[in-house]
Amino acid sequence: MAIAEDRTALVNVAQDISLATPGDYFVLLKPRVMSLVIFTGFVGLYLAPAGPHGAINPVLGAIAMLCIAIGAGASGALNMWYDADIDAVMSRTAGRPVPTGRVMPGEALAFGIVLASFSIATLGLFVNWLSAALLAFTIFYYAVVYTIWLKRRTPQNIVIGGAAGALPPVIGWAAATGSLGIEPLVLFAIIFLWTPPHFWALALFKSGDYARAGIPMMPNVRGNRSTQRQILAYAVILAATGMLPWFIGFAGSAYGVVAALFGLEFIRRAFAVWRMNSDDPAMVPAKRLFAFSILYLFMLFATLLVEAMVLRHVAGV
Amino acid sequence: MPQEARKDSANQELDRVVLTREQKRARRNRNIAIALALAAFVVIVYVGTWAKMGAAIFNRDL
Repeated sequence: MAIAEDRTALVNVAQDISLATPGDYFVLLKPRVMSLVIFTGFVGLYLAPAGPHGAINPVLGAIAMLCIAIGAGASGALNMWYDADIDAVMSRTAGRPVPTGRVMPGEALAFGIVLASFSIATLGLFVNWLSAALLAFTIFYYAVVYTIWLKRRTPQNIVIGGAAGALPPVIGWAAATGSLGIEPLVLFAIIFLWTPPHFWALALFKSGDYARAGIPMMPNVRGNRSTQRQILAYAVILAATGMLPWFIGFAGSAYGVVAALFGLEFIRRAFAVWRMNSDDPAMVPAKRLFAFSILYLFMLFATLLVEAMVLRHVAGV
Repeated sequence: MPQEARKDSANQELDRVVLTREQKRARRNRNIAIALALAAFVVIVYVGTWAKMGAAIFNRDL
């Protein structure tokens, strides 16, 4: 009897030994979100003028980008640590490493804390402490304010929490200049206002998932009709805000044309969502808007980047 | 049972666990990834120090 119990205990211990691969830890970093953070952060860093000590050294610029990327990854790991219970019941997230048991929650927490600490310290020591402080604030905001505090409490979760996703270009700008200005705040505003129509379009056709997980997304709390109205309102404000870089003068006419055309298309698609039958099971207009919203943000930032590259090339800088 | 004795007993239990091939492979891959990450961090600190200080790196009392 004692031998059998002993064997059972050993089998339990053996089963507890991790099967996690480096790939599982990479998934904890939310690589798709990270790629957007890297892209928008780089645009902020590249657009920034030379700081008081001249332009940022390219090696330090690369280190800044790496720190921003790792910091974003740390936020993702902390989010997956805390949200493992709700991730497990949503089809989109059920395969993540913590709900499947490949990575223990404590391991994800430790991984996130270590990466956050190293990325903040490295950015501060090698680049500047303003960008490091902004990175620390972003990680705290995403992991604590959004994930722990807002996400399960209010349908405004992604509106307020969207600030975390909007900060990378500000961090990039601060890394390059050691200061802030109106330009990075405009970039912040574009991503901040883009987040609600982007996530609410997703929430419309994934409302069953969010309802099962008990997350108070806008369609589950206020209903589809109200969400459709709010998406249209945000789309109009976003399209106008998207024009600001051209209006203020830190983007050229190519950007102005792209922002206007894509802004109008965003409004058109949001209008289609507004006209959609609230009980439509297919939700095709919402799916189309969701897909287009990603292209919209990419096109705006890509145009800003290409335009700045061309202008610098022409100026011989 | 005193704490030390309990720890010894737990360690002995772990020593008797035979890992499966999958567990061994996963552990090996994790170890390699940690080694690569540490090496990359060392390179970043080295290169970053050069980039930040430049020639001033030699500007100190010997």
